[in-house]
Amino acid sequence: MESILTINNLTKKFGYLTAVKDLSFTIKKGNVYGILGPNGSGKSTTLGIVLNVVNKTQGDFKWFDGTVSTHDALKKVGAIIERPNFYPYMTAAQNLKLVCKIKGVDYSKIEEKLAVVGLEDRKDHKFNTYSLGMKQRLAIASALLNDPEILILDEPTNGLDPQGIHQIRKIIQDIAAKGTTILLASHLLDEVEKVCSHVVVLRKGEKLYSGRVDEMISSHGFFELKAEKQEDLIKLLESNTTFKNIKVENGLITAFLNAPMDATDFNKLMFEKGIVLSHLVKRKESLEEQFLQLTDNN
Amino acid sequence: MLRLLNLELQKLLLNRASKVLIFISFILPFTVLILSSIKINFFGFFTLELGELGIFNFPIIWHITTFFAAQFKFFFAIVVVSMIGNEYSNKTIKQNLIDGLSKKEFILSKFYTIVFFSLVATILIAVASFCIGMYYSSYTEASIIFRETNFLIAYFVKLVGFFTLCLFFGMLVKRSAFALAFLFVLYIFEYIILGLITWQANFELAEKIQNFFPLKSMYKLIDQPFQRIMMTKFPDKMDLTYDYAVHWYEIVIVLCWTAIFLFLSYRILKNRDL
Repeated sequence: MESILTINNLTKKFGYLTAVKDLSFTIKKGNVYGILGPNGSGKSTTLGIVLNVVNKTQGDFKWFDGTVSTHDALKKVGAIIERPNFYPYMTAAQNLKLVCKIKGVDYSKIEEKLAVVGLEDRKDHKFNTYSLGMKQRLAIASALLNDPEILILDEPTNGLDPQGIHQIRKIIQDIAAKGTTILLASHLLDEVEKVCSHVVVLRKGEKLYSGRVDEMISSHGFFELKAEKQEDLIKLLESNTTFKNIKVENGLITAFLNAPMDATDFNKLMFEKGIVLSHLVKRKESLEEQFLQLTDNN
Repeated sequence: MLRLLNLELQKLLLNRASKVLIFISFILPFTVLILSSIKINFFGFFTLELGELGIFNFPIIWHITTFFAAQFKFFFAIVVVSMIGNEYSNKTIKQNLIDGLSKKEFILSKFYTIVFFSLVATILIAVASFCIGMYYSSYTEASIIFRETNFLIAYFVKLVGFFTLCLFFGMLVKRSAFALAFLFVLYIFEYIILGLITWQANFELAEKIQNFFPLKSMYKLIDQPFQRIMMTKFPDKMDLTYDYAVHWYEIVIVLCWTAIFLFLSYRILKNRDL
């Protein structure tokens, strides 16, 4: 698969503080990537380096096949960092026109992209009259102007109200569905879980994991169970070696799997043993649980 | 180049504050020039007509108009420092770079704007001086009219040099008000050095060295014209004679400073994490 961004052994030091330590990963075309990490783990610094606003200390990175300069490559990239930065005295349309001039894009895109984020009827209002949610949507419109090969979003829902968060996520999901590569930095795990297929986990500037979201932890998931004959069920589960761990909480039994097992097979097995389940759900650990597990183990 | 200029002009002309300041920096010198060229009657007591003094004669008019117009450069200096300060306070500089402007292009777009406005100011002054001169001057032979037009070149270089210095201070401190304060500090600093050298050596040497300093070298491009006006009035007084011409080396010094400040602005931006 075509790679869009390759980062090799990237290091950034701010004085004594090492913000990014020997980081390497590759972004392939067509996937939705999440960069996860607590506050101060080096997510924004990493993005700042590849976006030409922060100088690297060591290592290197290359955009696309590495033949174009960074600032030319950025014309094919759409990015928003932290908070929307526009000229407050210009209207939305004027701000976007300026971005068109920088990126060398035709002005006809302005209307089209404003429609994508639902700001057509406010386009002639000044930027400083906008609410934060609208500003963030305008930032997304601006990042989309050049129909980018990759969209980079740094904490796009930070500081928004629930409606705003929902709108932004909807827009991101729509864009992802069209096949645009997305790189989303966030400390909100459910956000990453909802949209990303791949994830890079950082802590204190170091990479803990990079790969598919569902392979992050070698886990076979767990069953959530309820039955009339609860004692029999627990006894049965404890005697079965497929389960490593059984928890009971408020009448809900959680059984963690040691080896892969289908919900159908499990149900059949229980029925054969004379236990009728009133509740059966097979789940995998949420990203939050996986993330905490991963950051604890290291 | 046109793209970069176009970019910066949009940023400036849509901003009301800078639009007003640009307007003032062009209109004010004109108003003064035109007011001074008309006959003013002070309530019948006496009439003041500066044209009668011979200051609007070719070629001295080039010297006088460029000298006085240059005093109004401060208005556009505010525009220059605020166009950097605003980029930092709105964080749009970061967004511009992310959108695909290189750091070099960013500095160049500011510099082209400076050159553009200096050029417009020079052309306007040239046209205005020419018209007033044609009206008042006692001599209208082409050779006399165009004799000292090198003052216009000096004026242009002076403006470009001064605004590039403002650009550098703007990049250095990121805040418009502080950048203007730095200009003032530099001015005082140059005179402290002058004082120190005078104290250690002598005034003549000190002044020679001071002529190489940024602000002083820009000032030296167009010397004050008052003494020259006196000279024309009393041609026999030899002690009034001084060197008021524009010299090539004065232009070279200012152009060197311009290049240095432009380069330093770029280096600052290049090494800075935004």
